[in-house]
Amino acid sequence: MIENSIEKIPDVFLQVPMVNFILLATILFLIGVFGVIIRRNAIIIFMSIELMLNAVNLLLVTFSSYNSDINGQIFVFFIMAVAAAEVAVGLAIIVMIFRNIKTIDTSLLNKLRD
Amino acid sequence: MYPIITLSITGLLTLFLGLNSNRKALLPFSIFGLLIAVASNFLDWNKPGLYFNDMLAIDNLVLVVQTILLFSALLIVGISDGQFDEHASPAEYYALIQFTVIGALIMVSFKSFIMLFVGLEILSVGLYILAGVDKRNLRGNESALKYFLMGSFATGILLFGIAMYYGATGSFDIDGGLSMAGRLPEGKIFFYIGISFILVGMLFKISAVPFHFWTADVYQGSPTIFTGYMATIVKTAGIFAILKLTLSTFSGEYPFWSKILMVVIVLSLMVGNIAAVYQSNVKRMLAFSSISQAGFMLLSLLGLNSLSYGNLAYYSLSYALATVGSFGVLLILSNQVLENGRPKEDFEVFNGLMKRQPALAIVLIVSMISLSGIPLTSGFWSKFFVLNDAAGRGYVWLLVFGVIMSAVSLYFYFKPVRAVFKEPNPGHEHIELRKLPKLLLLATAILTVILGIAPNIFRGLF
Repeated sequence: MIENSIEKIPDVFLQVPMVNFILLATILFLIGVFGVIIRRNAIIIFMSIELMLNAVNLLLVTFSSYNSDINGQIFVFFIMAVAAAEVAVGLAIIVMIFRNIKTIDTSLLNKLRD
Repeated sequence: MYPIITLSITGLLTLFLGLNSNRKALLPFSIFGLLIAVASNFLDWNKPGLYFNDMLAIDNLVLVVQTILLFSALLIVGISDGQFDEHASPAEYYALIQFTVIGALIMVSFKSFIMLFVGLEILSVGLYILAGVDKRNLRGNESALKYFLMGSFATGILLFGIAMYYGATGSFDIDGGLSMAGRLPEGKIFFYIGISFILVGMLFKISAVPFHFWTADVYQGSPTIFTGYMATIVKTAGIFAILKLTLSTFSGEYPFWSKILMVVIVLSLMVGNIAAVYQSNVKRMLAFSSISQAGFMLLSLLGLNSLSYGNLAYYSLSYALATVGSFGVLLILSNQVLENGRPKEDFEVFNGLMKRQPALAIVLIVSMISLSGIPLTSGFWSKFFVLNDAAGRGYVWLLVFGVIMSAVSLYFYFKPVRAVFKEPNPGHEHIELRKLPKLLLLATAILTVILGIAPNIFRGLF
């Protein structure tokens, strides 16, 4: 592991309790989860998944700052890079479907199972 | 550790080889790349060590599992010989197979959650593409989209768990949970949320009930060769990632996660086996069968002891052999019987196989017997060992339940076997079969029987 931790917690973080950040991240994450479950448009579902990932990023940065440990922030870069790769593949799949059926409504995708 | 490097290089070279219009070199080169990976894997034999800033841990047990993964990939690449039409671009498929194997190798050897995440994504992102390579096929499109959305969703859940775990322990190392000092007063709650979400995210990947709803559709819609790949590699890598977690960071919390696993196992065995009975499509049947096999694999985690690693490796090898065998036979047959321009995938494709091509018939029968767990095949011993482990921890009722569900599974595993002995469909007597797939498929059947007669050949490694 990289032994390069922040010496002390910056003052600005001490003014806001950590639980606020955690609640915010959890709420964002839950919005993402419900978006995936409820919405029918592939792009919106995709956006909700990105929202989940960004909520996790916020959570990691929070813990990283309050624990004075740099590893969490490194992980955020990993998540960003991988999310970008996922976007490339995901949008390609959505475009492929749009070319074939001219819609990206997931409820119309029911060709399987027969 | 070396196969990660060699496969990256040979994967890239395979892509460049695709620039050449002559496709004949692709398959031998991919096999060559995987063989180099297997060989280089053994450079680490008896030399346990940590790599990449202590983020990967290699020892002999891990090496055996990595060899199983490489071997399954090798079989899949081998039986794909002659199965791609002129619209396909095999260079990309073979390159992606090599890249995704890297992800699987990382998933079984990680020591830091960063590596678990990176490995999982290397594996998944490649498979999203492979699921949808048949661009003009609406079913393939649908399966790719479903796999992609559900896979990313599971990744999001896994990441939330990792973040919570990080909050509780202050480190991404999987041994951090053992020394959880509780730096924060909320630490214990974060830790439990963390391990539950990590477990749910991983169970999504190995398609255990109740996180299985995408499996049947994805397996049915994807090209058969990649379905077989998905079923073997993802399941093996995923289950060993979970095993690694339960042996390290989760080990102190056995009473907590064993309750989650117990519910998941009971549901997987029940839903997997009973739903498979009602399927008319072979790929859907195999998808539900893979769900029930995931339930059996999880049994081994429930009965965690010092032999679990070996038992699970034996299970994975036996499952990989049987799965490759059944998907391989289905692939060869269904690609030759087209129905509305698509491969025909119901049980009728096996009709009269014993007369048409006895070698394939034997492979299919051995695979099905092994999957259902009848003695003299490795499937029997693999089920025996995991059920024995679970009973050793006091889950005798689960053993009884597992045996009853195995009996249910006989019904649907014997559907293809019955079809094999029927009269051939008129007009489909001839089967074109190349040498390499035939050889490899027969090898899976022979290995299944050898491992079934003498399981200690393999278990002696542990």
